Parts: sequence; C-alpha cells; structure tokens
Amino acid sequence: MREAAILGVAMTPFGISDKTNLELFADAGLEAIVHSNLAPGDIQALFFGNCLGDFEEGQLHMAPFAHSSIGLPMSTPAVRFECACATATVAIRQAVQMVQGGIYDVILAGGTERAAAMGTPLATRTFAMASQAQYETPTGITFPGVFAMAAHLYSHRYGIPLVELKRHLAEVAVKNHFHGSKNPKAHFQKEITVEKVLNGMMVADPLQLLDCCPFSDGAAAVVIAEAGKARDLVKKPIYVAGTGQASAGPLYIQQDLTHVKAREVSVKMAYDEAHLTPGDIDVCELHDCFTMAEVLAIEGLGFYDFGRGYDAASRGETRLGGKGTVVVNPSGGLKAKGHPIGATGAAQVTEIVEQLRGEAGERQVDGAKIGLVDTLGGDLSTVCNLILRGEK
Amino acid sequence: MSTELTFKQYQDGLANDVFWGLLCDDCGSYTTPPQKVCRSCGSTALQVVELEKSGFIRTFTVIRVAAEGMNPPFVVALVETASGAWVMGNVINIDPNEAGMELIGRKVTLSSRPVKGDIYACGDIHSLCFTLL
Ligand SMILES: [Zn+2]
Repeated sequence: MREAAILGVAMTPFGISDKTNLELFADAGLEAIVHSNLAPGDIQALFFGNCLGDFEEGQLHMAPFAHSSIGLPMSTPAVRFECACATATVAIRQAVQMVQGGIYDVILAGGTERAAAMGTPLATRTFAMASQAQYETPTGITFPGVFAMAAHLYSHRYGIPLVELKRHLAEVAVKNHFHGSKNPKAHFQKEITVEKVLNGMMVADPLQLLDCCPFSDGAAAVVIAEAGKARDLVKKPIYVAGTGQASAGPLYIQQDLTHVKAREVSVKMAYDEAHLTPGDIDVCELHDCFTMAEVLAIEGLGFYDFGRGYDAASRGETRLGGKGTVVVNPSGGLKAKGHPIGATGAAQVTEIVEQLRGEAGERQVDGAKIGLVDTLGGDLSTVCNLILRGEK
Repeated sequence: MSTELTFKQYQDGLANDVFWGLLCDDCGSYTTPPQKVCRSCGSTALQVVELEKSGFIRTFTVIRVAAEGMNPPFVVALVETASGAWVMGNVINIDPNEAGMELIGRKVTLSSRPVKGDIYACGDIHSLCFTLL
C-alpha cells in the first residue's frame, strides 16, 4: 500500500458569515491548493462535505458547483459526503484510502456549512433529523439532549454527584474558550469563567448554554497526495500514520451512552495501523460538541480510564502548557472555534497539521510530533479517527 | 407465526395498546423497535411476540431548547424494557421542572401517543410514552 500525506490545509474564519456555502468552500479550497504548490488543474478528485445545504440555501447536489467554483477540470469527479458532524473527516479518510490504494495521486477534501444562517429553531430541528426518524426524533430529542442523557447516566454510573460533574464540565468549556482566545479564526475568542457557564440558560438538563458548541458558518479543506509527490511539492508533508472509522445504530441499540462504542472500534483501528498507543499522542483535536462529549472522548480514545476523565480539565491536564501528556483541542475545539458541521473535520485536520508543522503560533503545543483527529457524527453513530505525524 | 415485523405493524400495535417485538430463536434476545435482524446476534430467525409494557428509566433529560414546532419543556428518557430491549420515549406524568436524578432506576409503564409528523416526515407517528409508577 502507498503512503498518503497532507499538503496544504486551510479554513475560513468560523462564526457568522454573509458568504454562500460555495464562496466559503472556494476560499478554503483554493487556499489549500495554493499552499500545496498546486493549481486546480492538478486535483484529480473532489471529496466535498456538506450536511444541510438543502435547508440552509435550498441547495442540493452542491459538489459539482463547488467543483466549478474553484475551476477544477471536468474530468475531476466531485462527490458529496454526508456523515453528520463527521462528514469532512470521513471525506478525508476516503481520500487517504484512495491515494493509498493507487486510484488517485492528488485529492482535495473538506467541507462547508452555514449552520448559523439557519437560525437556532431551524438548526435545532435539522440537526435532530440525524436521530432515528421513526423511533427517536418524534420524542423531541435534540443533539444537546443526547449528551445530556449521557451526562446523567455518567453521574449515576460512576457515583459522581451531578453538581460536582457540572462544575468539571464547566471547566472543559473554560479551557476550550481559553484556547479559542488564541485562535483568530475561532467563532468565540473570549475567555469565560465557571460561574458564567453555571449561570447560563438551561438547554437540556444538565447541559447549559455554554456547555454547547455554537451553530457556525465556515469551510475548511485539505489536499491529500501520495507521500513521494507530497515531498516534491511541500517542505513539511504531514503523514497519515493510521485511520479508523466505525458505525453504530440508534441510541436504543447502543444503550450505555457513557461508552461511545464506535469510537472504541474506530480509534483501535487507527492505533493498530499506526503502531501507536494513546500515550504516544501529543496533541488531539476531538469532538467536543458539548462539554460532556469531550469527557466521553478522552476516555474512549484511551487517554483516561472510563469514569476517570471527568476532571481532567479541572486538573489542568488537557490545557495548553498543562501538566498532562496530551493537549486537547488547542484550536478551541468545536466549543469555541465553532462547528460548521460539514467543515468541522477538515478544520480539525488543519489545526493538527499546523501543530505538527510548528506553525500554530500562540496555540503551539511544544514539541508536538504526533496528533490525533477524532470526529463523531450523529447520535454517537459515526466516529472517524486520523493519526497524523510529521517527520518520521 | 409471522417472522417479520414492519414499522406499520409495530405502529398499528401501539395504536391498539399492544407492544410488539421480535424474539431471536438463536440467542434469545428481544429486539424492539423492529428491524430485519436480531439486535444482539444479527440472526434473521425471529418470531413476532407481544412484549410486556414495563421497564426502568436508565437515563433522561429535560429538553428546554427544542426543535421548531415542539413545546418545551418536556422529558425524554431511555428505558430498559422488561424484555431487555431499550427504547426512547417521553415521561408524561411528571412536571419537567421537578425531574431530577432520582428518575434514574424508576419503574415505568409503556403506552404511546400520536405525534404530528414534521412536514419533512412521512405522516404522523405513535411515539412511546412512559408513566412513572
Ligand atoms: Zn439473536
């Protein structure tokens, strides 16, 4: 099997934008191509992520328009990916596998979303459409509601009083906003306090407003190429050491929401392929759509034992400059950087690539050599992981 | 005995206060809501059986910011039914503002209520309800 590497990466500012999905994607896509020292004519396939373009803009089948908006050749196929919040990570993994398998040499992958443009009531409704439509959506379950149920179960199962758990969850939000304050492209660039989180409006008990990521607009894109070609084109190619992806059914089949079983399967695939363990990871961008989601992720990825990750942020272990072994979400995460769902995975990869190149500025994790990307889609039902490394 | 349980048959059951499920001949697991294969072992050797309408709340939330068209606050819960299968529904006989951690482990009975379908959904649906004993 051939080796795949990442060349140029780019993301638009995340937040509220007047630009269309196509304009946002063109900004990120062209910048990623330019940073790869390539031209649009060199791209052999476009793996394009978008979840809700039909509700955001009345636009289905956006991939061929994204293709033409950046001047790709007609012989370059454009395909839309939709795996809820894991969309772009899945698109990137498929690109990696196509390059590894020798089908293509150079692929542009990423995504775009205008979640903020929908407004909260419609955005909440469309996000909830990722729940099982016959047996779960009719109950009125929402995305925050899913992680809220996980939080209650976690509190019960591990005997951590809810009021104590909520304080530790607030510390996750505080940490990620601190990281976001160092990211000029983040949706939220202001620090917050535990008190502010605990005084927020209740969204889905026990999660309050600042336990939740925002609805954001934005796009991100990365170029993936065969490693030899990558070395010819850029100074610091970032190698794909291992990948994984797994799928699980509706929540009523998954049952115990304190374990994201798809994540455990997916990340094991990635660790095994990379011949690495959780202790080898220096920096991680993981799926903190809600504060509780970060706790589930640091446990599922193997950084903490189950039931022991809830106070990692409080202890300062996952913070930039902290005393832990892995810095979690130096970009600000979904929580502060923002969450334009179809673009999120490509933005996570962008952050890890910049970290491994030593180009993350104020957010730089000292000596970061190996990074992990973790993206969760839907009701814990899709998880995709990528392990990236700089020089070997 | 039929070996297939469709969404429509399951729904018709709920409308008539019958809770249908599938019993696996190979591993003995019960699967509900229905699907083509056993949720535990993937076997297609399934019999349609009537399930006991009771269970225990395993976790819950109170939805306060809801999708457009819903009327919050309301309580959503995951219940482990007597058959072992878990289902999602709404706890109906509690003031949502009184719902707390003590709900976890409480015994409930199951029923259903018709929910108006979203304009993007295929019609109205009988959705499960839980009544605290
Ligand atoms: Zn079975």
